[in-house]
Amino acid sequence: MNDFLAERVAAQSTSSFTEHLAAARPDLLPSNRVIPIDASHLAPHGTTVVAIAFAGGVVMAGDRRATMGSMIASRHIEKVFPADRYSVLGIAGTAGLAIDIVRLFQVELEHYEKIEGTRLSLEGKATRLGAMIRANLGLALQGLAVVPLFAGFDLDQGVGRLFSYDVTGGRYEEPEHHSVGSGSVFARGALKKLWRPGLSEADAVRVAVESLFDAADDDSATGGPDPLRQLWPVVYTVTRAGYRRAAEHELSQIAGDIFEQRSIAGREA
Amino acid sequence: MTQPFYVSPEQVMKDRADFARKGIARGRSVVVLSCREGIALVAENPSPSLHKIGEIYDKIAFAAVGKYNEFESLRQAGVRYADVRGYSYDRVDVTGRGLASVYAQSLGAVFTAEQKPLEVELTVAEVGHDVGSDHLFRLTFDGSIADERRFVVMGGAAERVAESVISGWSSEASFTEAIQLAAKALREDRTETPLSLEVAVLDRHSETERGVRRAFRRIAGEELDELLAVPI
Repeated sequence: MNDFLAERVAAQSTSSFTEHLAAARPDLLPSNRVIPIDASHLAPHGTTVVAIAFAGGVVMAGDRRATMGSMIASRHIEKVFPADRYSVLGIAGTAGLAIDIVRLFQVELEHYEKIEGTRLSLEGKATRLGAMIRANLGLALQGLAVVPLFAGFDLDQGVGRLFSYDVTGGRYEEPEHHSVGSGSVFARGALKKLWRPGLSEADAVRVAVESLFDAADDDSATGGPDPLRQLWPVVYTVTRAGYRRAAEHELSQIAGDIFEQRSIAGREA
Repeated sequence: MTQPFYVSPEQVMKDRADFARKGIARGRSVVVLSCREGIALVAENPSPSLHKIGEIYDKIAFAAVGKYNEFESLRQAGVRYADVRGYSYDRVDVTGRGLASVYAQSLGAVFTAEQKPLEVELTVAEVGHDVGSDHLFRLTFDGSIADERRFVVMGGAAERVAESVISGWSSEASFTEAIQLAAKALREDRTETPLSLEVAVLDRHSETERGVRRAFRRIAGEELDELLAVPI
């Protein structure tokens, strides 16, 4: 902080927290950890996250299970986080790295807002997240991949939008709905049947929970609703008013309804 | 070859201090005051975009007078310091005292080592659970640091403005009362009307009442006009 020579000040004038860390404290960046071998079997993996657009916003939901090989590493893990007031992100893949990337991304957005005095546009946030995932490519090739799902409310356009990514940082805007993680194939199948245009917020939350229910049914790495421990998926909605985390009682009610309907139907799947 | 004149260190320091004081005295004043609801920061500032008041971290704000380019780079350095600290440890480990001492070191180093001292005066404000646990650190151009209670006034007419604030200050004041008191004190110093004010608050109860960790909030436009017009 003692550098006040003009060129140093100019060189340091970035609004990006990640760029600042890369210059000043590169050891703190999640992507700068060097691991010589395939380490995928050592690290817990987070599994399924779904995101859905509805009239007036987006919903994102994640199950609560982390696995290490065939073991359950955690029943309580959370994979969906608010990034800032108007966006959320969900993470599938290596849990430890994913959580660091989430923290870095949260600070990145807040840092920009404080330095510049304005928020980044939703597109800008999505691009920034892509760059972070790209920076992690080396670790992804060693089996420690992190794949996020990003959703937020675009204040300029007045709509909720979803973005998916690949491990190389490629960013793709998704219409309607999307899912990532090991159970995503089954969740997506369910979403195709359950989603319809113009869903209300409450219906969208229910569709998200039900698609995770279906993913948990067929994917051993995805955890279903757990009435025994009172564990439900983590669900966030984002609207013009900002993000909101769905309350436990709301989710227990939805899970109860799904159990009831499916037991009444009395079918195999 | 000409011999350079000998100038005593006392004279060098005095010249530098006079130079910095002169620069700061030209600036318009800023008032930072504790009240029941939190800490109010009120600045006289004709520009709506070149801020004198800024957010540093969850409970910490920054206010400055003097040269804009100098205090703006100090503000950005403060945001970087706080964000790196909060990211590498935890959000609760970022304190106003830590930040103020880094600022004090920077200002002190520039005052003694650089060609010219920074023509700025800063306040680092940290909101606590009650008025007694609020921290207001006042930092001057030479790196001196003072831990103030109740309120801080900086800028050209600081003494006159402070006299006016001291007579009306109360620990039980609401934001409306505190901001009106500060606005009145700033206005007494000037003849021109209307006064352009930049106002922000550190909300003591942001987590319980608004559900946000970040206590800093700007008050501008219609909200500010209404707040200043409320009769007390």
